[in-house]
Amino acid sequence: MIPGIENSDILMPEYILAVGGMALLMIGVFLGDSAQRTVSYLAILLLALAAAVVVMSTGNGRLTAFGGAYVADDFGRFVKVLALVGAALVLVMAQGFIEREKMGHFEFPVLVVMSVLGMMVMISANDFLALYMGLELQSLALYVLASFNRDNLRSTEAGLKYFVLGALSSGMMLYGISLIYGYAGGTGFEQVAATVREIGTPIGLTFGLVFLIAGLAFKISAVPFHMWTPDVYEGAPTPITAFFSASPKIAAMALFVRVMLGAFPDASVAWVQIIVFISLMSMVLGSVAAIGQNNIKRLMAYSSIGHMGYALVGLAAGSPQGVQGVLIYLAIYLATNIGVFVCILGMRRGDKNVENISDLAGLAQTRPGYAFAFAMLMFSLAGIPPLAGFFAKFYVFLAAIQAGLYPLAVAGVFASVVGAYYYLRIIKIMYFDPPAESFSPAFEPSLRVLLIASTAFSLFFIAAAQPLVLSASAAAATLFP
Amino acid sequence: MSIGLGHYLSVAAILFTIGVFGIFINRKNVIIILMSIELILLAVNINLVAFSAFLGDLTGQIFALFILTVAAAEAAIGLAILVVYFRNRGTIAVEDINMMKG
Repeated sequence: MIPGIENSDILMPEYILAVGGMALLMIGVFLGDSAQRTVSYLAILLLALAAAVVVMSTGNGRLTAFGGAYVADDFGRFVKVLALVGAALVLVMAQGFIEREKMGHFEFPVLVVMSVLGMMVMISANDFLALYMGLELQSLALYVLASFNRDNLRSTEAGLKYFVLGALSSGMMLYGISLIYGYAGGTGFEQVAATVREIGTPIGLTFGLVFLIAGLAFKISAVPFHMWTPDVYEGAPTPITAFFSASPKIAAMALFVRVMLGAFPDASVAWVQIIVFISLMSMVLGSVAAIGQNNIKRLMAYSSIGHMGYALVGLAAGSPQGVQGVLIYLAIYLATNIGVFVCILGMRRGDKNVENISDLAGLAQTRPGYAFAFAMLMFSLAGIPPLAGFFAKFYVFLAAIQAGLYPLAVAGVFASVVGAYYYLRIIKIMYFDPPAESFSPAFEPSLRVLLIASTAFSLFFIAAAQPLVLSASAAAATLFP
Repeated sequence: MSIGLGHYLSVAAILFTIGVFGIFINRKNVIIILMSIELILLAVNINLVAFSAFLGDLTGQIFALFILTVAAAEAAIGLAILVVYFRNRGTIAVEDINMMKG
């Protein structure tokens, strides 16, 4: 693509998003907010096109560009497809909401495309400079998205909190990167890995590693860097909350895995204990703190903290099985979460969206199909067999046991039992409480299709798990040459 | 006394600490938080440039230039969010940012 730069065509999906995103911006500027719908559909097409290009290049092996700063391998391709699909689905489900809420500015899809571009760079980063640029591109777009409903106090407050804490975490991570650069003598992951292999981890490198993990843990909202999550999830407009819980989490988790296994494979003594700690704390807090919540978006925030804890169990194992578990977990988490947020978007009385769990009372009597889908998704999130969520947890815990992390696996199972309480409580409220006032009838057709697809995925995952498990296994293998 | 790498790293560490404390201890004004964030990024830049000179390797200085650029973009977005927040709330005191709790 670019003459003189080797392998620069591995960035094809990124070119598509970058050029396409800017073209969408121009279309929006020339046609004004009336073109919001057009821009949104074009953005969905763009994301789908990029995903198709990524899928087509699967199996090309591990290619690097820009002097090794950028890498395309099957691990990255797998996660990129998840991030792209997540963003496209969010754009599909957001359309009705933003038209109703009168926030139909054309910048919305453009910002989503730009943040996805940042995620692609994060996923493919093989150098701390590329990592930082991708992370900032993603974060800056997300800060604006959180406060997108700019006349709403809660949305702007969410954006402000996200910005302050996000900038702090970027700063901490950068400080860690500067120490790693100084003590390892370079910013490339391979170079850092070579230094660690040679001289081990001097104290400066360990310090840098700790700061780096703190920054990354913030991005995936793992305890103790989770405090922004409930507020941002509650304040941001619902489709944007859905976006936050999907693509950025997936991309940041992939980045976490790649940094740990790419740059510090021989320092695992230093980082595995940290990962075990934050994973354990996230699982426990995710299950306990969600119990007292009344707002469904806040509850989903704690739920996502817990789920990131479970996914980290796979990283703590640090084996190909562990990474495979993380990838399967992320895919199932994405599919289930999209369905749950479609359900939350459907909680509407008149023109207003309601967000309290008590508003769901007796839903099974007024809207049986809706309640059934919601209940199945909740069962899946709780990890009840034979639904998809059970297999997600199964693979990470299996990897943890194979790696000898018995206490972590046992604690994880206990946490998921406690966590099942609040998922089951929602089902109890829907099925056994006296009905509250009914919701406004009928989902839009696109939402209905998404909800049916997501519920079917959760229900019948067991019958069609093979392709996902195999491709996750192949993707994980590329990280372990 | 000659100024060596350790001195630069110490200054950067102190600046970084001041920045982090500025974010957490400050109860008055969000603008101060923005200034603290800039302070943290400057500490990182001092670190990178000092290491770069020490190692005789240009990557650190290039990294510092990238950070400067991104910091400008970050400040612009932070101020923009602050302005829309102020329009809705009428104050930017840190202790008043409390619509959502838990």
